[in-house]
Amino acid sequence: MDTLIAQLQKQFRDYTISLYHQGFLDDQFTELKKMQDEFSPDFVAELVTLFFEDCEKLISNMARALDQTGNVDFKLVGSSVHQLKGSSSSVGAKRVKGLCVVFKECCDSQNYEGCVRCLQQVDVEYKSLKAKLQDLFNLEQQIVQAGGRIPQVDI
Amino acid sequence: MINSGSCSSLMEVDYDDDHSHEELHVLAVDDNLIDRKLVEKLLKISSCKVTTAENAIRALEYLDALTNNDLKVNLIITDYCMPGMTGFELLKKVKESSYLKEVPVVIMSSENIPTRVNKCLASGAQMFMQKPLKLSDVEKLINVIS
Repeated sequence: MDTLIAQLQKQFRDYTISLYHQGFLDDQFTELKKMQDEFSPDFVAELVTLFFEDCEKLISNMARALDQTGNVDFKLVGSSVHQLKGSSSSVGAKRVKGLCVVFKECCDSQNYEGCVRCLQQVDVEYKSLKAKLQDLFNLEQQIVQAGGRIPQVDI
Repeated sequence: MINSGSCSSLMEVDYDDDHSHEELHVLAVDDNLIDRKLVEKLLKISSCKVTTAENAIRALEYLDALTNNDLKVNLIITDYCMPGMTGFELLKKVKESSYLKEVPVVIMSSENIPTRVNKCLASGAQMFMQKPLKLSDVEKLINVIS
């Protein structure tokens, strides 16, 4: 009979693997985990929190810029996309980063409809990742509270 | 503003002599907050003292303040693409300074464009690093300083 800890650990392992396999995360996220240790156990959680705050701010800036009908500053939108592409790459947010690549092309070619579409997709995508990582961190907490260790997952 | 310490007990200047001689001081420059946090973490893992700056102007101001106290950093690591003064322009300013020119400068970029890399190395950059930075990049950085 599996203990509670073993069950939680299995859930954690399976969920982590699925996030990688579905392309939400890439190996940069693994790199972040390697940088975390007992002296900085919340490093990854803190960094991704900053990332999601950054997403919200940049998306808001881009929405405002795209709202200036007839007078859209595509360079401004492009520079926000550049920032978002950088941050998403640094935390391993694979799908967000992929969308930014397309988004940047739309900015460079001043494709208004393309930009609007990309903005919507980026918004959906970062929120989706945020919810999934929250679930993952909750699982970690449950394991620790049950007295277990968070397993290292090899992708 | 930093005062060079005379007898004032209100303002103490933190001299590096008070710390371990092993502790290296690195200035990390990047306009992206997440990237600043990441490079800071990597440097702290290797026991470096880290100062971060969000743009090249602030970085130069900080270097000037250190210079006024006969202090230096052991390494400058900067992003290439920054609004205002770029990392490349910062590199050139550092190399033009008689006081700072021996400080190694490492350039980071998400784009590994050969002409960009060569341009930086030709202007005196010690190394060009691809973003995003990883744990294994720490070793490369320490080798640059040692």
